[in-house]
Amino acid sequence: MRLGDLLGRWPVLRQLRARDGRGHGATVASPQTQQLHPRTEDADRVVQSICPYCAVGCGQLVSVKNGRVTGIEGDPDSPISRGRLCPKGAASRALVSSPGRLTTVKYRRPHGTAWEELPLERAMDMIADRIVETRARTWQDLDDDGVPVRRTLGFAHLGGATLDIEENYLLKKLYTALGALQIENQARI
Amino acid sequence: MGTSFGRGGATTFQQDLQFSDCIVIMGSNMAECHPVGFQWVMEAKERGATVIHVDPRFTRTSAVADVFVPLRAGSDIAFLGGIVNYIIANGREFREYVGRYTNAGTIIEDEFRDTEDLDGLFSGWDPEQRAYDNTSWQYKDMPTAASAGSREVAGAHGQAAGSHGATHAGRPPHSDPTLEHPQCVFQILKRHFARYTPEVVEDACGVPRDLFVRVAEALCANSGPERTSAFCYAVGWTQHTVGVQYIRTAAIIQLLLGNIGRPGGGIMALRGHASIQGSTDVPTLYDILPGYIPQPHAREHQTLDRFVEEDAAPTGYWGNMKAYTVSLLKAWWGDAATEQNDFRFDYLPRITGDHSTYQSVLGMLDGWVHGFLLLGENPAVGSAHSKLHRRALAKLDWLVVRDLYEVESASFWYDAPEIESGELRTADIATEVFLLPAAAHTEKPGTFTNTQRLLQWRHQAVEPSGDRRSDLWFAYHLGRIIREKLHASTLERDRPLLDLTWNYPVAGETEDPSAEAVLREINGWDDRDQPLSSYTQLKDDGSTACGCWIYCGCYAGGVNQVARRKPAREQSWVAPEWGWAWPANRRLLYNRASASPSGEPWSARKQYVWWDAARREWTGADVPDFDLHKPPDYEPDPGARAGDATAGDEPFIMQADGVGWLFAPAGLVDGPLPAHYEPHESPVTNPLYSQQANPARDLFFRRENPYNDGDAYPFVATTYRVTEHHTAGAMSRTLAHLAELQPAMFCEVSPELARQRGLQHGGWATISTARTAIEARVLVTDRVRPLRVQGHTVHQVGLPYHWGTRGLTTGDAANDLFPLALDPNVHIQEVKAATCDIRPGRRPRGGRDG
Repeated sequence: MRLGDLLGRWPVLRQLRARDGRGHGATVASPQTQQLHPRTEDADRVVQSICPYCAVGCGQLVSVKNGRVTGIEGDPDSPISRGRLCPKGAASRALVSSPGRLTTVKYRRPHGTAWEELPLERAMDMIADRIVETRARTWQDLDDDGVPVRRTLGFAHLGGATLDIEENYLLKKLYTALGALQIENQARI
Repeated sequence: MGTSFGRGGATTFQQDLQFSDCIVIMGSNMAECHPVGFQWVMEAKERGATVIHVDPRFTRTSAVADVFVPLRAGSDIAFLGGIVNYIIANGREFREYVGRYTNAGTIIEDEFRDTEDLDGLFSGWDPEQRAYDNTSWQYKDMPTAASAGSREVAGAHGQAAGSHGATHAGRPPHSDPTLEHPQCVFQILKRHFARYTPEVVEDACGVPRDLFVRVAEALCANSGPERTSAFCYAVGWTQHTVGVQYIRTAAIIQLLLGNIGRPGGGIMALRGHASIQGSTDVPTLYDILPGYIPQPHAREHQTLDRFVEEDAAPTGYWGNMKAYTVSLLKAWWGDAATEQNDFRFDYLPRITGDHSTYQSVLGMLDGWVHGFLLLGENPAVGSAHSKLHRRALAKLDWLVVRDLYEVESASFWYDAPEIESGELRTADIATEVFLLPAAAHTEKPGTFTNTQRLLQWRHQAVEPSGDRRSDLWFAYHLGRIIREKLHASTLERDRPLLDLTWNYPVAGETEDPSAEAVLREINGWDDRDQPLSSYTQLKDDGSTACGCWIYCGCYAGGVNQVARRKPAREQSWVAPEWGWAWPANRRLLYNRASASPSGEPWSARKQYVWWDAARREWTGADVPDFDLHKPPDYEPDPGARAGDATAGDEPFIMQADGVGWLFAPAGLVDGPLPAHYEPHESPVTNPLYSQQANPARDLFFRRENPYNDGDAYPFVATTYRVTEHHTAGAMSRTLAHLAELQPAMFCEVSPELARQRGLQHGGWATISTARTAIEARVLVTDRVRPLRVQGHTVHQVGLPYHWGTRGLTTGDAANDLFPLALDPNVHIQEVKAATCDIRPGRRPRGGRDG
């Protein structure tokens, strides 16, 4: 290699030549960095969503490729968040794609010492049986003073602040029809 | 909020904070816990606003505030009451606003006695019931449905009344516009708060007088026709045994200063979860139905007419409660609900007292609650006295947990701290556990209602894999299966279930029900099945159906209004075409108050909504929170009902008397005015009254729930969050980035306390209460300052509550330390102030290693 070529590759000289004194421009790009591009460019589609953590309600853009979430970014269109996300919101791709997430139903029988597998359909059927049985066993047409109450206090529900309003609506509707009263959520906590 | 103004939601929206001239953040570490919303506080600061942070700890919020006020945890009402006194004593109230838009001039019953007269109690206290009879708190000569002096009835409806404004029978017979009558609200208020002097504030809160005066003066100087101030709060205010009254005190300040319904003003409630506002609006709560309609009570509400009569004032928009209720019953029971059968009002199960989650947990321990469904909740870490919750889970017959991750509430039977200590043995626990994987927010479409009452639709990005399903799927199919199992039943109790409208279109391989169809039902339709566009269309004759009246209009014109996404830069700063806000897409509530009684803006600088005399309608930057064509000089006929009974200069349209409530004659079980009470556990004697703590607070005297007593626990403990973790940790301790950013449970103590107890920075400490002991890494920092209170030094210990036994970072749960001691209105636990001890070293390991 000629000395001239070698000198020409010297970063200081390259920066001077390209008037890139701070080294923020093309002179610091390697072939590898030149091939980098945002995941959003490859996305099959980008859908608008809302951050699932706190209640600020930041807009999110979810990039999808081959049926998988490839990135979640702030939505610059949002009048509330203007494209920004906090550390939690920025970690929400990890939230939805973490290998630690549950994928299948786990079942622990009474006094059991380990989780067991259980098909989802079977689990749903068993849960329905438990509710029907507990409800029948604890049903109250009247309270102790003979006043109609039409209810069960035999089981309770807690949860909802991370749920969608449509989900809460169906839950409250179903539980009310079942006569279940102890329906509560995080707002109490 | 509901009691003071009429609706249980933030009065303003986050972007509006930018126009504030002074922002007080209290009971919240907004920069840390709502960081992206905090940009609007910083915008205001850039524009010259004064930002004030009042908090037990110096935090990321304090770091960028103009004024930081360190305050003893649990003394906020003393501080805020001091501001009320400062305003009135110095004549700094916004006189015209107070005179016209609040109940300042209303005359109260002669029998009313204040805490001034009864040393910390109001009239009507029944020590045996531990409850108030509020008859003497009423407007003078007003016929009223005051709640009886029964703890059971009063306590049952806390959430409903606290959220939607109190039941109150119409307009007051007596008032004094000069505000001079000794029994008028303004004079009662003046006497009540007169003892909250700067000296008392110093004594109660540990805040130096001059610093307190600086805050009070900043608020006064930045309020009035030309200027507005805002308050931001979070659970630092609500999680106390007198939490609702914290917010009431701020409401009183904001009404006195004329800051409600005006741009840059208001009270911003900062909710902690994505849809916590939504899960109260469309509640999974025992005491309310959708839209804050109370769950009927067995004694008072056997028929629909009786229910409406007892619970809805004839004037103000709650005057239409029958239409809202009938429309809900039609949405749920369709053709089965007819006028002849009272629209199946009898199908609603009746409450008879407090059925809140803490009662249910005690029911598990006592063996009368057998089953439990936990959807996205983790009480084994997240609820006060979480140890008690874990023990309760171990007593169940069956437990269903649905979550993204295996949370502590699902795994308690093999890895709870009680297993480690030997208190519980896996093989002894009979609980049958179903752990079902949930779909994530990207895997289902649906709506979150954010902290400013804004409904925002999420589009589905991908299909959930494996057994992951939405909670919509779970609810729908559970209902379907149970209905199939009982389809042949002739039992009366199964009629509500079998008559239920439960036909939602399903799609895809997993047969997921359509969230949009559910949203359409929430919005409601008329008798021709056309979507309604406003709650004003709802009828009480069964011709309309609507799942949640305050959300009526979210699907107007058959269009999903919630999914609107016009970019911010293409519309006004109010952004009315981004999502949809309840009610009726109004972004700033009570905005009629942004104009003077005659309908003009109070000032050019603060114009927002005003009366356009030429077009004879209200106009401005937002949807007017008022009848569009009702002129400012409108006077209702004496017999007018509902909205027609609200005059043209009364901005609080949900209230029976059309005004904001400085004094709450109904709706609260622990007093018509806030009074400073110490936390249930406090190292300090109440400097204001001989009544130490809120007399009406919910307590549970049980072996499993011991309270701290005496000198064994000399320090104040308070809990909080950090940016990098989320509540009970299931959504953050499980993620590598976040776990690495905040890798360990810690406690914050001052250098003085560290010296006193021999605590080493970075070393271990054991924090103990009568409930249990936990361990944490010690962070010695000047951010926690010892305070001088009544001549003594009070030390505070700060505890983040995100940790549990599972995840990538594990640690003890701070909530283990706290007792069940609740606010009597809404049954929220006191975890922002209790007493504790702290010692160096790790906690005892119990059973296995002694």
